[in-house]
Amino acid sequence: MSEGEVHEMKRLLQSAVRPAGETELSRDLWPTMVSRMSRQEVKVPWWDWVLLAGASLALWLFPALVPALLYHL
Amino acid sequence: MELLERFAAGDEEAFESLFRQYQRDVYIWVMRVVRNRAAAEDLTIETFWRAYRAHARFDAKRGRCAGWLRRIATNAALDYLRSAKRELPLEDGVAEAGKSERPAELAELQRKIVTAINQLSPKLRVVAILALIEEEPYAEIAEALGISVNAVKVRVFRGVRVLRKELEKAGIRP
Repeated sequence: MSEGEVHEMKRLLQSAVRPAGETELSRDLWPTMVSRMSRQEVKVPWWDWVLLAGASLALWLFPALVPALLYHL
Repeated sequence: MELLERFAAGDEEAFESLFRQYQRDVYIWVMRVVRNRAAAEDLTIETFWRAYRAHARFDAKRGRCAGWLRRIATNAALDYLRSAKRELPLEDGVAEAGKSERPAELAELQRKIVTAINQLSPKLRVVAILALIEEEPYAEIAEALGISVNAVKVRVFRGVRVLRKELEKAGIRP
């Protein structure tokens, strides 16, 4: 493939798709950014869910652990 | 403390200053890739959101905030193009060509070219749009994608090869 072929392709593509160039931003995006920052979602790591599931399962299988756990809390 | 250092330390006022300073540049860059105003605005917000969360990884001593943001923006645009196979929107001129005095064959030719561009993978499409349509220097594309200039050249050639094949299938000899 030569540079000439690349140039030819450039010409062809530009005949169908105009370069966007310096398409101006029509509004200030800061207010949108602020609302995005304010709705930060709290992400719980997957490992915490595994620990919670394990603890729940243990308490369900061995209910006798509940008083022991409460005693140690 | 310098603005960039304050941003890297997590200062929100510094982040706002950087946002106001660079939002236009980021938007223009993203717009060149996705060619859709609403998507470009969303991706500009997404870029700064990613930058905000990654502030601690920003090396204020190296500066180059514009380059860092441009790389994040390019990745965000690539993710957008990958999600649900986003297509290059038809140009207004193309869409209206059939109705105006422009010949229908020209509109058809343009439609075929846009369809061929849409056949490119997002990775090749980004490079093809930036290099062949926007005529961005290879060095800038390389920096934005975090690859070498040679890798950009390889992608351009690969993209041109795929485009030629698709255009030939559609009966166009480039």
